[in-house]
Amino acid sequence: MSGFLAVLVVVLIFIVIFQIAKASEYVSILKGEKKAREQSNRINGFLLIAFLVLGLIGVYYCNDLLKGKILGESASVQGEGVDTLIYVTLAITGIVFVITQILLFWFAFKYQEKEGRKAFYFPHNNKLEVIWTVIPAIALTVLVAFGLKHWFQLTSDAPKDAQVVEVTGKQFNWIFRYPGKDGQLGRRDFKAIDPGAGNELGMDWNDPLNKDDFMPTEVHLVVGKPVKFIIGSRDVIHDVGLPHFRMKMDAVPGIPTTLWFTPKYTTKQMKEKTGNPDFTYEISCDQMCGSGHYSMRGVIVVETQEEFDAWAAKQKSTYSLTHADTAAPAGAPKADSTQKVVAAVTK
Amino acid sequence: MSNEATLHSQQEVMHGAHDHHDHEHHHEDSFISKYVFSMDHKMIAKQFLITGIVWAIIGAFFSVLFRLQLGFPDATFPWLESILGHWAKGGRITAEAYYALVTMHGTILVFFVLTAGLSGTFSNLLIPLQVGARDMASPFMNCLSYWFFFLASLVMMASLFVQTGPASGGWTMYPPLSALGDASIGSKIGVDLWLTSMALFVVSQLLGGLNYISTILNMRTKGMAMTKMPLTIWSFFFTAILGVLSFPVLLSGFILLLMDRHAGTSFYLSDIFIAGKALANEGGSAILYQHLFWFLGHPEVYIIILPAMGMVSEVLAVSSRKPIFGYLAMIGSLFAICILAFLVWAHHMFVTGLNPFLGAFFVLLTLLIAVPSAIKVFNWITTIWKGNINFTPASLFSIGFVSTFISGGLTGIWLGNSSIDIHLHDTMFVIAHFHIVMGVSAFFGMFAGIYHWFPKLYGRFMNSTIGYIHFWVTMVGAYLIFWPMHYEGMAGMPRRYYDVSNWASFKQFGGLNEFITIVVILVFAVQLLFVFNFFYSIFKGRKMTTLNPWNATSLEWTTPIHAGHGNWPGEIPEVYRWAYDYSKDGRDFIPQTEPIGPNEEVH
Repeated sequence: MSGFLAVLVVVLIFIVIFQIAKASEYVSILKGEKKAREQSNRINGFLLIAFLVLGLIGVYYCNDLLKGKILGESASVQGEGVDTLIYVTLAITGIVFVITQILLFWFAFKYQEKEGRKAFYFPHNNKLEVIWTVIPAIALTVLVAFGLKHWFQLTSDAPKDAQVVEVTGKQFNWIFRYPGKDGQLGRRDFKAIDPGAGNELGMDWNDPLNKDDFMPTEVHLVVGKPVKFIIGSRDVIHDVGLPHFRMKMDAVPGIPTTLWFTPKYTTKQMKEKTGNPDFTYEISCDQMCGSGHYSMRGVIVVETQEEFDAWAAKQKSTYSLTHADTAAPAGAPKADSTQKVVAAVTK
Repeated sequence: MSNEATLHSQQEVMHGAHDHHDHEHHHEDSFISKYVFSMDHKMIAKQFLITGIVWAIIGAFFSVLFRLQLGFPDATFPWLESILGHWAKGGRITAEAYYALVTMHGTILVFFVLTAGLSGTFSNLLIPLQVGARDMASPFMNCLSYWFFFLASLVMMASLFVQTGPASGGWTMYPPLSALGDASIGSKIGVDLWLTSMALFVVSQLLGGLNYISTILNMRTKGMAMTKMPLTIWSFFFTAILGVLSFPVLLSGFILLLMDRHAGTSFYLSDIFIAGKALANEGGSAILYQHLFWFLGHPEVYIIILPAMGMVSEVLAVSSRKPIFGYLAMIGSLFAICILAFLVWAHHMFVTGLNPFLGAFFVLLTLLIAVPSAIKVFNWITTIWKGNINFTPASLFSIGFVSTFISGGLTGIWLGNSSIDIHLHDTMFVIAHFHIVMGVSAFFGMFAGIYHWFPKLYGRFMNSTIGYIHFWVTMVGAYLIFWPMHYEGMAGMPRRYYDVSNWASFKQFGGLNEFITIVVILVFAVQLLFVFNFFYSIFKGRKMTTLNPWNATSLEWTTPIHAGHGNWPGEIPEVYRWAYDYSKDGRDFIPQTEPIGPNEEVH
């Protein structure tokens, strides 16, 4: 019933607007085209300048309202560069935005049709064209230079001593794997994946490197220590999005990718900095991956070295968890000769 | 009734000489050949336009539905269940339905409305009329172009009604999600229908595009040198070239996807474990599809925006009674955009694991596009400077176009810089960026075109009061919707999220999402007002009484009000000058058909 009423109200509003619009057409004919045209130009000219003024105030107000809701300072060392670049770009594009919008609406208002005004025949001017080709070109050269400097830093190889974490996407959650004490991830093959037997990643149990790998439900990282994510997917394309660290990388089945960064603040420090007791570093999936895309959430805990060591010592290796009741790993899936060595990527 | 009489009391002039019954060689005007399988470019333009409007209503309505979910994730709307059935059980849209709606919204708006509806309509209408041709180079191919589009529309429409729903992997249709029925319910028959429909669409685009190019190159009237053509024609020309060169690449990508789906090939598939078993496919690359897709996908955004740019240039010149500033620079920048459009596709793929060295070139080339874009913006602003602007709905939408093109273009400089893109990629910032720059802007260009050339299409005017309401609500609404959305993206809120309330990092935007949804509903309602105005005016609008209502110089206003097939009853007029002699030598305008005076300075 209420739905019906809502539709009725909308239809009524439509009819009213339509009647007014029609009436104004008759009025303009009775009044004379010229007069109606003058009036409409005056009104629209005024609205254009009002739009400019209210719009610029609105931009300021919107920023005031929302600036506290974006992420604040970058939580990674590498993200600082991204933030600087954003500020430089914001400054340049912001200036251009304000100037061009003011010119556009101001000219529209000022040169609205008026009795007796003659338009100025001004078909071209090479000097002006050169000015607004060269100035944007220079500004963009600066942005490209800055941008590429950061880009090559961000995509550079991770330091040798970086902690390695493997992140694998599946519909619809993340699977994390740590290399264990030996610091090396064991071999895996997607054909050996057997969730029933607890082997979510198809780890090859004949590879001794796999014996100490463990798979926690959250990622734990050490503050100030570079970490390298080795990213993959076992079904469709996902994307490891780390908004607080200003990092992102696709998880593509069959093609391992990597990213690295150095966390700057522990989760505890961030809780204090943001004044939000519920603060959590989250991993979002940023590439459409199916109906559960929006729920593909991972959690990162950044902590001190001692806290991390204590946590890592408590983790049980996946091998021990899945082979608790068998005496020997003889029944494990056999190795495939064509298997991909995703793990031992040490470059 | 007396009102009606007032409205139409003015003398109808110039009626008769052009009555199509006078044309003996076109006397076979049966209903079918005139309105259905018409080969008259003007009728085909109307067919594209009206089909586009129908699709636009559907596509925009889908966005209202999924915005309801995003704005009010906890509310239930029982009426949704009556429309969507089990896709909205209990009045709440399911995640599957949400993603299907998002996907269809994108596909419909990008391809069916802003490609077919925009360039299909105005290329067809304006190319023969403005270059001085009786019709397209091949009217039959032109007719086929529309009917392939119609078939594509039918198939896409059918896909909305199949049991497992339409395609739901996003309008980009990335495999493996789109390749595997087990990965998503929408990837069952929905994707097959989507691919079939898009293949037909590509055929339609190629038939149309080849026709536009050959008509512009070969069928210009006497005196119409390329450099005397209005900028609309130049923009349609570059649009058609972009389409002809890039759509076939898209088709190849789709064929490989179809083979991966049904022929057991592994072009895009490798190392996949899904639905409890490992697939046999090995060695394919999911990224290959993205290269093929974006090789069209990026030119596609220029296919959408160039016609709008051309029409805005024309409308701004006509309504400010000034020549377009820097005509040659405008053509040069169109050309530069057209070339660069083919060299920047991988900027959609900065976070796919792309080689960083390769990425650097794409950053450089992408930001380079800002230069021709800046030239265009400054030229438009200079065009209205010291003009004498008459604010018709068309000129307001043109000014709105320049404003949104600036706003959305500048955020492109953010996203084109790969380091910033890492943070903003696939967030709501991207949604805000491209909706402003190619959604709102392109629509503004299209509205400008419709209001401006409506008299040419139907011999009547649209109601301008509704036009003004339409403009102002849409303009304010568009900024209210998309401006704050940048902030969601700055916080890293990903696009295509069904519900953000479980995320510590994004849930603070709940109130904002509600606000945006309310504005969306309002703006959508006003678009319906426009649609009503459009159809009402076809039959009841104020009649055109003069041939050239806007006092424009270009050739289309020399044809009779209801021109028959062939456009000019007698000889095709000859052209002597460019299309922008406004306010020259003390005269308001000098038509292209007027010979250059003895002492006149030639542009």
